[in-house]
Amino acid sequence: MKTIMRRVLPGFGLSLGISVTYLSLLVLIPLAACVVKSLDLSWEEFTRAAWSPRARAAYWLTFECAFIAAVINLALGLVVAWSLVRYRFPLKTLIDALVDVPLALPTAVTGLVYASLYVKDGWLGHFLTPMGVEVAYTKLGIVLVLVFTGFPFVVRSVQPVLAELDADEEEASAVMGASRWVTFRHVILPHLLPPLLSGFTLAFARGVGEYGSVVFISSNMPFKTEIAAVLIVSRLEEFAYREAAAVAVVMLGFSFVLLALISVLERWSQPHVK
Amino acid sequence: MSNESASHGATVPQPAVAVESFQPRSQARKDPAWVQWLLVGITYLVIGLLVAVPLVHVFHQAFSAGIATYFSKLLGDKDTLHAIFLTLMVSPVAVAMNVLFGLAAAWLIARFQFPGRALLISLIDLPMSISPVVAGLVFMLVLGLQSPVGQWLREHGWQIIFAPPGLVLATAFITFPLVARELVPLLEAEGVDEEMAALSLGASGWQMFWRVTLPNLRWGLLYGIILCNARAMGEFGAVHVVSGRISGQTDTLPLRVEKLFQEYDIQGAFAAASVLTLVAILTLIGKALLERKVHKG
Repeated sequence: MKTIMRRVLPGFGLSLGISVTYLSLLVLIPLAACVVKSLDLSWEEFTRAAWSPRARAAYWLTFECAFIAAVINLALGLVVAWSLVRYRFPLKTLIDALVDVPLALPTAVTGLVYASLYVKDGWLGHFLTPMGVEVAYTKLGIVLVLVFTGFPFVVRSVQPVLAELDADEEEASAVMGASRWVTFRHVILPHLLPPLLSGFTLAFARGVGEYGSVVFISSNMPFKTEIAAVLIVSRLEEFAYREAAAVAVVMLGFSFVLLALISVLERWSQPHVK
Repeated sequence: MSNESASHGATVPQPAVAVESFQPRSQARKDPAWVQWLLVGITYLVIGLLVAVPLVHVFHQAFSAGIATYFSKLLGDKDTLHAIFLTLMVSPVAVAMNVLFGLAAAWLIARFQFPGRALLISLIDLPMSISPVVAGLVFMLVLGLQSPVGQWLREHGWQIIFAPPGLVLATAFITFPLVARELVPLLEAEGVDEEMAALSLGASGWQMFWRVTLPNLRWGLLYGIILCNARAMGEFGAVHVVSGRISGQTDTLPLRVEKLFQEYDIQGAFAAASVLTLVAILTLIGKALLERKVHKG
């Protein structure tokens, strides 16, 4: 069928040409050049730049914060998705719409607002600081903005699956005497596991790469609150291009691993498609 | 529809299935009242603290010194005005590039079977999983003055990095998949019958494209453009690296927000941020309106 279409439908060559040229020029060649550039360094120089104590502290902080934020999102996202699908409550449509805000709001705005809300005399910092909770310029602040940016991914992954769940299994479970909790744990949760995991990974991947919002709320101190993206930028500002490229290559490698993981998870979470 | 929910970045799985059709059909699916109260309470708290309070705060801060100050901060500041202008120049170009690619890629992927098709599909998603800062750095390394290509371009009078063309490239990279990803599943679902009919009635390839394919895709295309544009206007990390942040020259609006923040001009930063927030809110409203058209025919 498809081979017949190539003979009948026009535009194969043209669309192939445009797609491949654009993809190569904008994405593939630049990425390859970045890797080549970091190869200018000898192995020792590369490891010194990409694996220095400061760089290691930055990777660790990046992954730690992104992981904690993604775990928090897992719980919050499940609760919000569950409420939106199963219950009726006032302002539900508005709440549902507000879930998408983190996807549309520029990260610089997120950073600005969160920094302003949580400083000592900000709207929320005003209450938290006397209780000994410092958010602005700390690790807690980084986790908080990453929770904000990653939050819609879990909700929007779980929501459609939850809405399409078959009622029969739950009813059968209830008829046979299972409590609501047992039904949730053994009947509903297994169905939600794939979308939860894929939402988790998406939120985590987004958190690892996030820069704009973090740079506002963190104090960006080396070894303490400096994430990998901030380290790359400060290397660039010192005109240490190759060192910046070395750190970038490590992050790039991690992106590829996450991308592969995401595509595997997505195939797993939608076995009914294709 | 495989790509429909296969997504991250700005497009997440859309609750395309009417979420309103949720009512538990039987008593067995009902949770105890206290659980309902607890979960709904948490939902209000999470959305309220995480999203609603920050949104209100942006406008509250922007207008806290009065409307007159707001407008003087926004329109009286030459650099902020230029930043708005630059953002309005850069995003449409980046979006247009991605629309052209999106249409070509959608036609290719949805209509033809060829070796490397699966690879192409996964490569389209690649830019979204790369940190924006790394993306910016990549262009810096390839086209900056310290690279041979950058040198050559400079000798021929082209400056890419620390100039608007670099901003366009970085923005296009970050928003790369957003249009294609909307169009591919839509075109796949559309089927080829109408196109075949047009061709067999003697239409040329371009006639078929303009009269049949494009009109069928129009809402999905608009949807993709809106998402792509929102992301393009708000892009920060990649643009931050390639812009060089020269006030009044290469600062886009999000970069201007940061600069004003660093200069302790909080009023000015919030005034600039309020414009970006407004764009985000309008985007979400447009998205909600279009969702019905795209997903329900």
